[in-house]
Amino acid sequence: MSRSHQLRKLHGRTMEALCLLAALAAVAPLFAFLWHLVSMGAGALNPALFTQLPLPPGEVGGGLKNAILGTLLVVGTATVVGIPVGVGAAVYMTEFARPRMAATLRFACDVLSGVPSIVMGLLAFQVMVRPMHHFSALSGALALAFIMLPVVVITTQEMLHLVPHSLREAGHALGIPAWRIASSISMRAAAPGILTGAILSVSRIAGETAPMLFTAFGNPFLSLDPKAPIATLPHTIFTYAISPYDDWHRLAWGGALILVLGILGATLLSRFILWWHQRGLNA
Amino acid sequence: MDAPAIETPEMTPPSLVLQILPEGIRRWRSTGRGADRLFRLVTGMCAAAVAGLLLIVILFMVKGSLPAIRDHGLGFVLSPDWDPTNQKYGALTFLFGTAYTSLIGMAIALPLGVLTAVALVEILPRGLAKAISLAVELLAAIPSVLLGLWGIFELVPLVRSFEIAIYRSPLGFRKLPIFSGAPLGVGFLAAGLLLAIMALPFILSVSREVLLQVPTAQREAAYALGATRWQAIRKFILPYSWKGIFGAGLLGLARVLGETMAVTMVIGNTPQIKASLFASGYTLASVIANEFTEAPSDLAISALISLGLILLVLTVLLNAAARLMLIYLNRRMGTQGAK
Repeated sequence: MSRSHQLRKLHGRTMEALCLLAALAAVAPLFAFLWHLVSMGAGALNPALFTQLPLPPGEVGGGLKNAILGTLLVVGTATVVGIPVGVGAAVYMTEFARPRMAATLRFACDVLSGVPSIVMGLLAFQVMVRPMHHFSALSGALALAFIMLPVVVITTQEMLHLVPHSLREAGHALGIPAWRIASSISMRAAAPGILTGAILSVSRIAGETAPMLFTAFGNPFLSLDPKAPIATLPHTIFTYAISPYDDWHRLAWGGALILVLGILGATLLSRFILWWHQRGLNA
Repeated sequence: MDAPAIETPEMTPPSLVLQILPEGIRRWRSTGRGADRLFRLVTGMCAAAVAGLLLIVILFMVKGSLPAIRDHGLGFVLSPDWDPTNQKYGALTFLFGTAYTSLIGMAIALPLGVLTAVALVEILPRGLAKAISLAVELLAAIPSVLLGLWGIFELVPLVRSFEIAIYRSPLGFRKLPIFSGAPLGVGFLAAGLLLAIMALPFILSVSREVLLQVPTAQREAAYALGATRWQAIRKFILPYSWKGIFGAGLLGLARVLGETMAVTMVIGNTPQIKASLFASGYTLASVIANEFTEAPSDLAISALISLGLILLVLTVLLNAAARLMLIYLNRRMGTQGAK
C-alpha cells in the first residue's frame, strides 16, 4: 500500500469519526433535556398537581389544575376549528383544484407554516382582543387555530397524495359523484394518515406559549369562561420558570413533565398509527 | 272466518325495473351533482380561508404598524433608541440581537446538521440511523418554552462555567472582543445555543433528504475511481447537495428568527448592541413577548406590532426563497431522471 493511500484512509477515518461525533452531539441535547426533566419533574408529580389550584408564592404546595384545564379548553377549541378547515382545504387542493391553483395554495401554506407563532398571536390580538377590549380564552384558541391550520393542510395533503390515482379512477368509472369519491374513497383511504397529521398538529400547538401572552393572557384562578382570560400550561410554566420562588420552579418542572408526556406520547402514538396502517397495507 | 290475507311481496317485473332505472339514475346523478357543488363549495371555502389567512396576517400586521411608521418614519428600523417612556422607538438593537443569536445558532446547527446527515445516510447502519432520526424528530416536538426552562436551570450554569473558564484563562482570551464582559451565563451565547438545538432537526431532516436524493451511480462512480468513503462523500456526494443544503439553511434560519420563548428566557433582555458572545441582549421576538402587555400607549403597541411586521417580512421572504429553491431543485432532478 502506498503512503498516499494510507494517508487518504487516515484522513477519511478522521472525518468519519467527526461525522459520528456530530451525530452524538445531535442527540445529546434531547437526552440531557429528558434526564433533567425526569429528575426534576418526577419529584413534583403528585395528585395535587392535577387537583389543586396554584397558591400564592411562599405557600408550599398547590397545583396546576387551572392551567391543565385551560390548555385542554383552548387547544380543544382550536382543534375543533382548525382541523375541519384544514382537512377541507387539503381535500379541495388535491381533489378539485387545478394544478396551478393547488401549487399556489400549497406555497401559501408552506409560507404560513413558517410565520413565527408570536406574529400569529399579534394577529389574533388585533382581530379579536382589540375589538372585544379584553383578553380571552377564545382569542387564544384563535391564535392556535391560525398556527395549526397550515400544518394540518400540509400533512393532510401529503396523505391524500399517497392514495393511488387508480382508486379515484375506479370510482369515476362506476359513475360515483366526485364528492363521494373525495369523501368515501380518498379521505377514507387516507384516514389514518389524516389522523396522524391531526395528532401531530395538536401536539405542536399544545406547547405554544408566545401567542398566549397577549391573547389568553393567563389567569391565577380557575376559569373556564371562553370570554375571560385563561391560564394555559405552557404560559404558566413560563411565568413560574422566571419567578424567583423554588416552589414555583418545582411546579414548573411538574407541568413540564405533564406537557412532555402528552406531546411525546401523541407523537409516538401518531407514528404508531401510521406504522400499523402501513403494515396493514403491505400485508 | 277467513284468515287475513297475507300480502306476499311481489317481484317487480323486469320491464318495470328497466323503466324505473334510468329515471332513478338520472335523479341520483342530479342530486349527486347538487351535493358535488355543495361539497366543492365548502372545501373551496376552507381553501380560501387558508389563502385568506396569509393575506389577513400581512394586512393586519401592516395596518397595526401604520401609527408607529407614521410617527417615526420607516427610519425607525435603523434607530437604536428604544424608550417607551419618552415615546421613542427604534428597531436596530433588536434586529442586531435577532441577527446575532440566529447567526450563532446557524453557525453551530448547520455544520452539525450536515455532518450528522452524512453520518446517517452514508456511514451508520440503517437501524441506528433510524433511531437517531427519531430522537432528533422528538427533539423538534419539544416546545420552545420547555427548552427555555431547561436552558435556565442547566444550560445557563454550564455556559457560565465556560465563561468563567475563559475569563480566568491565563492566555488572556477575555481581551478578545467576542469574549469580553462579565461571565453572566445569560446572553447571546446561551440564546444561540438554544436556537442551534431548535434549528438542528430542521436542517438535519432537509439535508438528509437531499443526500438521499443523490443518485447511487454518483457513489458507484466515486468508488470505481478508487476513492475512499470520505473522498466519495466530500468530492462526489456533498457537491451534488450543496444547493439543497443551502435551502435547508434558509429554512432553519427562518425558523430561528421568530423563536421567542427559549430566547426570552436566557438572553438577559437588555437592549444593547455588543459584539461579545457573553453580553446580554434582546431580540425582536423577545421584546414583543416581554413588553406587549405592559405597553404604556397605543403608539407603543403599534411599535411592537411593527417589530412583528419586520419578523413577518423576514420569515416570509426567507421561506419563499427556500421553498422556491427546493421546488426548482426537485424539478431539475426530476427532468434529469436522477435516481
